Amino acid sequence: MNLEFSAEDNAFRAEVRAFIEENYPAHLRGKQDEGDDLTKEDYLSWHKVLAKKGWVAPSWPKALGGTDWTSTQKYIFSEELARADALPVLPFGVVMVAPVIYTFGTPEQKERFLPKIYNGEEWWCQGYSEPGAGSDLASLKTKAERITGDDGKEYYLVNGQKTWTTLAQHADWGFFLVRTNPDAKIQEGISFLLIDMKSPGIEVRRITTLEGGHEVNEVWLENVKVPVENRVYEENKGWTCAKFLLAHERSGIAGVARSKRGVEKVREMASVELGDDGKPLIQDADFKRKVAELEIDLTALEFTELRTLAAESAGKGPGPESSLLKIKGTEIQQRLTELALEASGHYGAPYLRGMGDNAKIGPDSAVGRAGAYFNTRKTSIYGGSNEIQRNIIAKMVLGL
Amino acid sequence: MDFNFTEEQSMLRDTVASYLQDNYDFDKRRKMISSDAGRDPAIWSAFANELGILGAPFSEELGGLGGGAIENMIVMEEFGKALVVEPYLGTVVIGGGFLKHSGHANAADLIGGVIGGETIFAFAYAEPQARYTWQDLKTTAKKDGAGWVINGHKAVVVGAPWATHLIVTARTGGGQREESGVSVFIVEKGAKGVTTRDYPTVDGGRASEVYFENVAVGADALVGQEGACLPLVNKVIDEATAAVCAEAVGAMRQLHTGTLEYAKQRKQFGTAIANFQVLQHRMVDMFMNVEQSVSMTYMATIKVTDDAERAKAVSAAKVQIGKACKFVGQNAIQIHGGMGMTDELAIGHYFKRATMIEGLFGSVDHHLRRYEGLSFGKAA
Repeated sequence: MNLEFSAEDNAFRAEVRAFIEENYPAHLRGKQDEGDDLTKEDYLSWHKVLAKKGWVAPSWPKALGGTDWTSTQKYIFSEELARADALPVLPFGVVMVAPVIYTFGTPEQKERFLPKIYNGEEWWCQGYSEPGAGSDLASLKTKAERITGDDGKEYYLVNGQKTWTTLAQHADWGFFLVRTNPDAKIQEGISFLLIDMKSPGIEVRRITTLEGGHEVNEVWLENVKVPVENRVYEENKGWTCAKFLLAHERSGIAGVARSKRGVEKVREMASVELGDDGKPLIQDADFKRKVAELEIDLTALEFTELRTLAAESAGKGPGPESSLLKIKGTEIQQRLTELALEASGHYGAPYLRGMGDNAKIGPDSAVGRAGAYFNTRKTSIYGGSNEIQRNIIAKMVLGL
Repeated sequence: MDFNFTEEQSMLRDTVASYLQDNYDFDKRRKMISSDAGRDPAIWSAFANELGILGAPFSEELGGLGGGAIENMIVMEEFGKALVVEPYLGTVVIGGGFLKHSGHANAADLIGGVIGGETIFAFAYAEPQARYTWQDLKTTAKKDGAGWVINGHKAVVVGAPWATHLIVTARTGGGQREESGVSVFIVEKGAKGVTTRDYPTVDGGRASEVYFENVAVGADALVGQEGACLPLVNKVIDEATAAVCAEAVGAMRQLHTGTLEYAKQRKQFGTAIANFQVLQHRMVDMFMNVEQSVSMTYMATIKVTDDAERAKAVSAAKVQIGKACKFVGQNAIQIHGGMGMTDELAIGHYFKRATMIEGLFGSVDHHLRRYEGLSFGKAA
């Protein structure tokens, strides 16, 4: 056991740090801090810089554009991105659908979709949850029937409704779970379809979240024709792809590097904000204690994640243990936003979304803290709620 | 010992509840808070003229209903259930509190204005550098002839965009954080030199940054005794804190019952999610939090009139309510799942108001420290 970084690792860290410093789009910073909705161009500007450098998809196979980094290098890379408050690359294309395509897809699908995901030319969204199928995802009802089109080609005719579809308002493509066999056992009649979001019959409706933002949407599908060749893997075997993807989604969800940066930000904020005694809040015994507890919990999570990574590079996992990372990681993210809101004091109250720079009220550090606290409640709900994650650990790890 | 309400008090609750049911449902509220004004002044007129509740805590000889803290509690709890943004707290509880306790020469007239719905107060006490130390004041009032000249910046003055008058804490002597030298003034919002920057708040209300630049007021603007008003400020803020505890109880009852209803009808894995034991226990914990909060609100409301016990009782209640707001609010969202995250459902709006009450007039840490100081002998 050792925790030393090699000379190569340190050189790699310096290279990554310098690259981010020189190339991060300056205009993004202000917008990120205020918690305003970002535009499609905002999101993609940083993605494209990373793609050009060859760093946008470190985990992909080398032949497809992956970096072949060691797990230590990947860890350093994510730490440096977090340290610089760089906008995360959106996961839907690079981290979620792409591994499904390169693992289960046809050569034509790989060629058609992977380069555009890599370069940020096509934006993806995830059509999984439905109004009646949240935690119980397999009960989904959106149906796809095989038809022969007027052109003599084979299609699926898709009808149904998806919900909580993150950033679908910008999406060019979506990956959807649909029911192709209503008579089979629920997990066995599902297929995995890639759907052009510009297809006739698709309507995207905004859902406003409680802090006022526009992240998620309803996606309505009415007689949407999807060419059969846009199905990934076998018909009725889509659940295999879904489970594979969910495991990938969870492994990145601990967000350790981002939370470490989050702790730093709370400490910075609390060294400017004053406590009841007129001294910096960070010297307040009660506040300091809460930050210390959080730091310790985060250290525990970090070393649990490192153990998981080490096991992974030894060829094990990611297994159901990743549910632990999801639960602890999201709880820590939520506590960070609680502390930041608490530190804001009276200036947690102003609602300044969409008002621009002129409307700033109170110290910059307090702007958007309440919205972040409200919004971050989602993390213990999405990606399999934390209750579902505990069920997974109980069943798969403890054998109960 | 008796925890029953009098017939008059029960009538007051029924009157407020039934009016709000008819005139302040979630959709109507949404329209009001998103309008330019952020409220519908007709509601306030109805409180004054149809319901007569703006006189609830004032004596009958002043034109009120002859009630006190318990009546404020009843009104505030019902307001909490309907997420009412109207400035009852600032006007009746706080403005009324200062006028009743200070023996101000114009108190009867001003209270008459409150009861009639013409006078609306907003309480300008917070300052950008100060957290929950009410005597930490950079705002100053300097003697000028018979009157005063006020300068300073007050932070997040809730209800200020709607106010006719501001109640302002200012330093007439002493250093920035000294207990002596604190005075209280009533300033007309339209007075020369008062400027505001108005904005919405995350819980659906409106507030302002208020700036005083050489604002000249007469001798009668002073409320209470010059330079010796900190005890008065503490007393009124304690009364206001007890009142927001009641509001929180109303909001938490809705968070809890709304969650129960949702869990009973939401089906996953072929059954209502209310059948899952882990969620049952969570909802039981929410229930216990609400009940303990009700108890502490009663306790604080009863003791708030007793100056010997007031501070400790109110801080104890606010600790319970602050913790409960967090637990009940967060779990209401969690059990609603994605639906709890939407602006469309009321549940998120109750959560936002409960969250703001958590920090209002002092966080859990603040009130724990104050309680410790009072209970263990060391000044907080």
